[in-house]
Amino acid sequence: METLLNDFSPGLFAVSTILLLALIALMVKFAWKPILNSLEERETGISNALAAAENARKEMQNLNADNERLLKEARAEREAMMKDARHISDSMIAEAKEDAKEVTSALIEKAQASIQQEKQAALAELKKYVAELSIGIAETVIKKELSSKKDQLALVEEILKEVTLN
Amino acid sequence: MKIAQKTVKFLTIVVLALFTTVGYALESDTKYDSSNDGGRVNTKTEVEEYILHHLKDSHDFSLWSYTSVEGERKHVGFPLPVILWSSNGLVTFMSSEFHHNDDGHVIVEKNGLKFVKIHSKIHELDQEAATVSSDETHHATNAHKVLDFSITKSVVGILLIGFLLLFWFSRLAKQYKTKQVPTGFARVLEPLVLYVRDEIAKPNIGEKHYRRFTGYLLTVFFFIWVLNLVGLTPLGFNVTGQIAVTACLAIFTLVIYTFSGNKDYWMHMIWMPGVPVLFRPILAVIELIGALIIKPFSLLVRLFANISAGHIVIMSLIAIMFTLKESLGVVGATGLSLVLSFFILLIEILVAFLQAYIFTMLSALFIGMAVAEHSEAH
Repeated sequence: METLLNDFSPGLFAVSTILLLALIALMVKFAWKPILNSLEERETGISNALAAAENARKEMQNLNADNERLLKEARAEREAMMKDARHISDSMIAEAKEDAKEVTSALIEKAQASIQQEKQAALAELKKYVAELSIGIAETVIKKELSSKKDQLALVEEILKEVTLN
Repeated sequence: MKIAQKTVKFLTIVVLALFTTVGYALESDTKYDSSNDGGRVNTKTEVEEYILHHLKDSHDFSLWSYTSVEGERKHVGFPLPVILWSSNGLVTFMSSEFHHNDDGHVIVEKNGLKFVKIHSKIHELDQEAATVSSDETHHATNAHKVLDFSITKSVVGILLIGFLLLFWFSRLAKQYKTKQVPTGFARVLEPLVLYVRDEIAKPNIGEKHYRRFTGYLLTVFFFIWVLNLVGLTPLGFNVTGQIAVTACLAIFTLVIYTFSGNKDYWMHMIWMPGVPVLFRPILAVIELIGALIIKPFSLLVRLFANISAGHIVIMSLIAIMFTLKESLGVVGATGLSLVLSFFILLIEILVAFLQAYIFTMLSALFIGMAVAEHSEAH
């Protein structure tokens, strides 16, 4: 202890106190403050960058999921549209067919009706003509005073020859 | 930058060379040292004296000594300024005026006062005394110590390392202005700074307050570490083994944790809650002694003792070369000395870091105790 006290130099103590105070002040001002600030800045920068990267990754993931979803939706929609279209075309074709069938059957019916009518008309005319003819023949036969049966028949033949059945 | 570096290196070499030659020129023409053999170290007692002398602060910066062909003892080094506050006011002269004498035989007269150097301490002789007379314990009876503000070897060491630290770390600070990751030597310094901040300051002081004290802790850490390491070089600095320097550092820590202590800290120290009232004054005394005396004392003695012990051990092991010359022969003694001192030097390099770490760690711990916020009720 005595040697310790003897070794203690108050002068050196004073000088080293002053020098160390100066050193601490200078180091804090010119070295530690800028160094610690820069280190902190760098660290926050790094952690921010990491967080940003993580965010970007998540966003990318979300985007991808969105894209997938949109794609799926689009595909489903397309499918539905295709289905609808097919359905519509099918029904249209069926309808058209139905319509065509209806139209044709109506036409045929009409045609048949008109044919029937024409036929009736023709038959009526024919009847009328036959009646007229018969009346005419009868007239002529009566007019000619039918002498013989042979003549009558010849005459009938002659008239019948004249008659052209049209 | 490169040019600046080269200039700095060149200047350092020039200054060192100049000082050495000046010192050489100053010393070689003196024919003093008639009283002894000029500080040659051969015997056990001389080794002991040399080691004790080395542990003390020195007024000149000696690099080595040798004996010239004429048998003259020469010391190579350079003198340092002596600044004294004597009974007659400020006195300054160069330490070369003592001619390396350390036992009070050389008397330097300045301002009408006589000064002698005894065991690395400068004494002022009493007015009427012509020579130093000392008692049997080698204490001068007719001289007294003076306040010595000299630029001693330790002061040179502090200045040197101070400038070195400023140079290194201000360059590191400058590098961050242009780039994110420093290059060159600064790249070595950055992890050390981070180490002190993240392993010493943050865990011991706490996330909230550590910023205020990190500057001090960083300065102290690098100051002690680099000076410890420089102490292991043949330059022979023993700054961190000077009790005045370690006391100064310890008192800084004391001042910092005493003045930054919060209400809780003082409350726990002076009027400990949760303890019977009768015991509180006793506890207060113990706590106050612990905080104001034991803590700084342990800090200052630990560093001083460790570094001094390291120097003593290394020098003793080197001295094996001389002390065991007779029993082991020159080769044996030298070999043993080299092997042992090599391994101790390795350990001392570790100790250099360890002591810097412990000092900084404990400072941080003490500061942390003072600023800690107690949320729990006792």
